[in-house]
Amino acid sequence: MRRFTWLVPTLYILFLMLPIYWLLNMSFKTTNEILGVFTLWPREFTLDNYRKIFTDPTWYNGYLNSLSYVVMNTVISVTAALPAAYAFSRYRFLGDKHLFFWLLTNRMAPPAVFALPFFQLYSAVNLFDTYIAVALAHCLFNIPLAVWILEGFMSGVPKELDETAYVDGYPFWRFFVKIFIPTIAAGIGVAAFFCFMFSWVELLLAKTLTSVAAKPIAATMTRTASTAGYELGLLAAAGTLTIVPGAFVIYFVRNYIAKGFALGRV
Amino acid sequence: MATKTQNPKAWLFVLPVVALVAFNALIPLMTVVNYSVQETFGDNVFFWEGVKWFEQVLHSERFHASLLRQLMFTSIILTIEVPLGVAIALSMPKKGVGVSVCLVLMALPLLIPWNVVGAMWNIFALPDIGLLGRMINGLGIDYNFTQQPGAAWFTTVMMDVWHWTSLVVLLAYAGLRSIPDAYYQAAKIDGATPWAVFRFIQLPKMKRVLTIAILLRFMDSFMIYTEPFVLTGGGPGNTTTFLSIDLVKIALGQFDLGPAAAMSLIYFLIVLLLCWIFYTLMMRHEAQ
Repeated sequence: MRRFTWLVPTLYILFLMLPIYWLLNMSFKTTNEILGVFTLWPREFTLDNYRKIFTDPTWYNGYLNSLSYVVMNTVISVTAALPAAYAFSRYRFLGDKHLFFWLLTNRMAPPAVFALPFFQLYSAVNLFDTYIAVALAHCLFNIPLAVWILEGFMSGVPKELDETAYVDGYPFWRFFVKIFIPTIAAGIGVAAFFCFMFSWVELLLAKTLTSVAAKPIAATMTRTASTAGYELGLLAAAGTLTIVPGAFVIYFVRNYIAKGFALGRV
Repeated sequence: MATKTQNPKAWLFVLPVVALVAFNALIPLMTVVNYSVQETFGDNVFFWEGVKWFEQVLHSERFHASLLRQLMFTSIILTIEVPLGVAIALSMPKKGVGVSVCLVLMALPLLIPWNVVGAMWNIFALPDIGLLGRMINGLGIDYNFTQQPGAAWFTTVMMDVWHWTSLVVLLAYAGLRSIPDAYYQAAKIDGATPWAVFRFIQLPKMKRVLTIAILLRFMDSFMIYTEPFVLTGGGPGNTTTFLSIDLVKIALGQFDLGPAAAMSLIYFLIVLLLCWIFYTLMMRHEAQ
């Protein structure tokens, strides 16, 4: 019995990899081969699809746009969440519990509910079709999450650390930046990972708030699919490339991932 | 946990977060409330309608149908993903290179943009060019998810299991890692069966993370939009039109702002209420 336990994760990973392999497989095929014959691997191996993406500005700008607002959102969310999480983990103040719950309810708001009002709001403040609009809109669900994760990590740091620093004569902000932030560096990494992840994969709001200048890559894909006919190979190549940043980020946080998914609270 | 000190100045710390979230949550929410009680014929002219739209939505068969589909979808994926995720977490390696390899590969689906997930499953499951479609048809089963409601549901559920089971695995695994070895040694000395170890050591230790997993999966599956929209477009017919897809169809497709806004509010309240029930039940269970 024990000897076969490795089989379960192996089969599961195989199941996970199959659709990804199929996407990769298609991205190296010509459109003719995709529609003409059914092959398990590319017969006429071609890099044309990728070449097109890297040379055509409407394609590669999509990637740059997506990365820009995702990075902006991660920075804003984590920076704003840091002091708030500290307040929730260290102090009692008027309405603290209600405020925390209210923050979390925003994580439960279906983006479809907010799509149209968001469009009107960001048009009204003249931010429509800018990176900052998408970055701010994604704060709706990323800030509550970042506060939740960071609060968990901060509550794990003993209060004596703060008190010792004050006794040693540290003013608050110097203590916070020089001592406290390095102590919870792992938590910040995990929070940043989650913000990056949810901002990178979200599309409904990102698509609603942009038209040309800040259009995310994923939206470029859907629009190309409907206007330029059925260029499946190109679509598959673009899809494959959207997996790359995620894979990169996972690789960097792989040692914290298990802890981070427990939100620091186990 | 250390006792917290009373400090009214802490409000200054939370001010940036409150300002950012309030800007993004309260203003749009008030816009929705505004629409939900008025009628418009364009040109920014509005007429007061009271609770008419709410009554209309609550009595509409279309809303009942999508709500029912949504509840069915969410219960199906929760019943599959939670036990499967726990089972996989239990059989994962405990140390060595295998751990990193497993974690990185398993987390991969979580970081793929949602419409790419939909598009990927579309080309994976298409009966003529997709690997899955070819395999199922090769077994002699007639399968075409763009035409058959059953096949469309099967594919949508498979896609969600593919996409999100890893979240449950990673959370459950994190919970398992926090169990000290001494517990297992004690169980071994007592001659406990594997089932007893699971029931009395592993499951209680995972309760907290599993609560988070179930809540997150519940919320996210209840809001699902992009993946099934790209995969099936809500079809064939309306058979995979879940709440969010229906809402976007009404709001942006037909531009019926009043009914769409009323539906949004009812939808949001349902999510909040169900989350609150889940949360209270699980917390009560934990307290016992």
